Amino acid sequence: MQNALSVVVDSLPYLLQGSFLTAGIVVFAMFLGLFIGIFMSVGLVYGNRYIRNILTVYVWIFRGVPVVVLLFLFYFGLFSFLGLNFSAFATVSIVLGMTTGAYQANIFKGAILSLPQGQFKAASALGMSDIQAIKSIVLPQILRLSIPAWSNEYSIILKDSALAFVIGAPEIMARTQFVASRTYQHLSLYITAGIIYFLLTWAGVIGLRKLEQYVRIPGYSQHGNQ
Amino acid sequence: MMTDKKPILRVKNITKSFGDVTILNSVSIELAKGDIKILIGPSGGGKSTFLQCINCLVMPDSGEIELDNERIQFTRKQDIYRLRQEVGMIFQDFNLFDHLTALGNITVPLRKVKKMSKKEAEQRARLELEQVGLSDKESLYPAQLSGGQKQRVAIARALAMDPKILLLDEPTSALDPTLIGEVINVIKGLAVKGMTMIMATHQISLIHNLADEILFMEDGRIVEQGPPDALLAAGNKSKSQGFCDLLNELSEVEG
Amino acid sequence: MELSPFYQDLFTSLNRGLLMSIALIVPSAVGGVLIGITAGAVRTYGNRFFRTMANCYAAIFRGTPLVIQLFVLYFGLPNLGIYLTPYLAAVLGFTLCSAAYQSEYVRGALLSIKSGQYLGAQALGFTTFQTIVWIILPQAFRRAIHGCGNEIIYLIKYSSLAFIVTCIELTGAGKTVATEYFRFTEVFSIIGLYYLALVSLAIIILKKIEHRLFIPGFGHH
Repeated sequence: MQNALSVVVDSLPYLLQGSFLTAGIVVFAMFLGLFIGIFMSVGLVYGNRYIRNILTVYVWIFRGVPVVVLLFLFYFGLFSFLGLNFSAFATVSIVLGMTTGAYQANIFKGAILSLPQGQFKAASALGMSDIQAIKSIVLPQILRLSIPAWSNEYSIILKDSALAFVIGAPEIMARTQFVASRTYQHLSLYITAGIIYFLLTWAGVIGLRKLEQYVRIPGYSQHGNQ
Repeated sequence: MMTDKKPILRVKNITKSFGDVTILNSVSIELAKGDIKILIGPSGGGKSTFLQCINCLVMPDSGEIELDNERIQFTRKQDIYRLRQEVGMIFQDFNLFDHLTALGNITVPLRKVKKMSKKEAEQRARLELEQVGLSDKESLYPAQLSGGQKQRVAIARALAMDPKILLLDEPTSALDPTLIGEVINVIKGLAVKGMTMIMATHQISLIHNLADEILFMEDGRIVEQGPPDALLAAGNKSKSQGFCDLLNELSEVEG
Repeated sequence: MELSPFYQDLFTSLNRGLLMSIALIVPSAVGGVLIGITAGAVRTYGNRFFRTMANCYAAIFRGTPLVIQLFVLYFGLPNLGIYLTPYLAAVLGFTLCSAAYQSEYVRGALLSIKSGQYLGAQALGFTTFQTIVWIILPQAFRRAIHGCGNEIIYLIKYSSLAFIVTCIELTGAGKTVATEYFRFTEVFSIIGLYYLALVSLAIIILKKIEHRLFIPGFGHH
């Protein structure tokens, strides 16, 4: 056990350095997902039949195929097939972003549909164009409503980012595996990595809860408009 | 009271069906500046759809709308946005934007649609809030306002856009009886200032005191129309008369 | 039409992998639901000690990546002299992780039942046990089923991690063929279709169950 502890202490800085890459992946993926999710949800609700069908297929694929399979497909397959030379880091960020985008699209779609119809109607009655109504009236409301679901997505993406090691991005998990395979202190090292992920998960969840309180409006919460 | 002035809004032969059901069957109305026309009739008669057709919130299947002698092309978005800016709408259930304060509800269309600066928009919004007696409530959110206050903010929001005409769709029917008075007072104030209005309402005091003309709608048609003195004269056997008697009885029962 | 050797190889491997995937998913799903219901009930009704324990369990398994849990079970436990087969490590990891998430839905469903329901039952002379069996569970089940179903869908997708602990299921089988023939795009697209089929099938079955149990007022919205 003496040995296990000293290995953990010695390698901790090295492991923690990996959390910068992990954080980079998560932040990039979340914002890419937010971007994709907003546009897709608007298309899913207000788009014509063709747009809706295409977007529905996208959601179906990215919600149905495991992240590992997507990582292999994009990193070893599609990207090189298309002549794109993306790093492992870029691939993981993009794949996770596209995946969470599909989930976020559904989250935002649900939020848009839960808004009373009168909100859009009143905006139109005041002469706003559809785009103005979506920007000034619909989005500010659904983004607030979606924060709790967003925090859930954050925690999923953070944990999924640990899969980056299968294509060799040097984040927390990959670094842990590297040290473990040399020192044979698997148990203590993986538990350490688990603790790091655990802390990152809760830090993010608490941060988003703070954000939710910060943008909170009376009568407006995850339980809807009371 | 009927004027010979030129009409500012002319709505001709509006027809609208949903599936097989005809909601509006060739309904027409004309308004001159300062006119107040009141729609009455049983619910489901098409009053609300008609009002929503007038500013194209519901797109008519056929018919014509002319604003200031200019025909609105239903296929042209720009025409429709212009129409909506000049024809304000008050909804039965207020439809305040739930994520914005009373002040924000009024400034958001001013800034986004009228492209006013923030400062200008706020000045204007405060003026309108003062008019409806809610100066002290500007930083409250819809969930913190009573029904009557919400409707007054909605009216202030519509007026801030300087509409030529105001459409009111049963503005008091979602309110507690105790809160109706404050909204009625605001609407009466508008009439005094010469606002041109089309209003669907079952509020006897509004019908009697404000209407230049009453239009009785039933089954998607205007079946009776005329000035209240004529339609509601004692002994007149008009549908409007019968309907208003019914409303009177109801309001007496409610006390 | 005769398939090329590549496709013959691929489909033989994938079908063998598919069987392994199913052998991983079914026991993990069943175990996950059973342990999840138990943990959810303890987290809602248990005394303080058991409640804290169950809460910690759920927080740990929900707060850390499944890969790490699998690595601890498969590579970590041997440090303590405990050796698990790849299959056992995978099923154990999937079950424990899935149950932690399931307990969350079960707890939410139990908490959402209004106190009037207990009072109503008690007023009619139900015992506590009868109240739970006849009143609470039928309601909670309907409230929880949508979330629990989604969790099973996640489980199907995350069963793809078993190959990392050398339990060769669908993804692992495909990866071997892909590396051998160096045809990644085709192989992983086809694997993707296998998972889409599995997930879609599960969604259809779950919708059927939800539909059959539907009562007005108990939708998942």
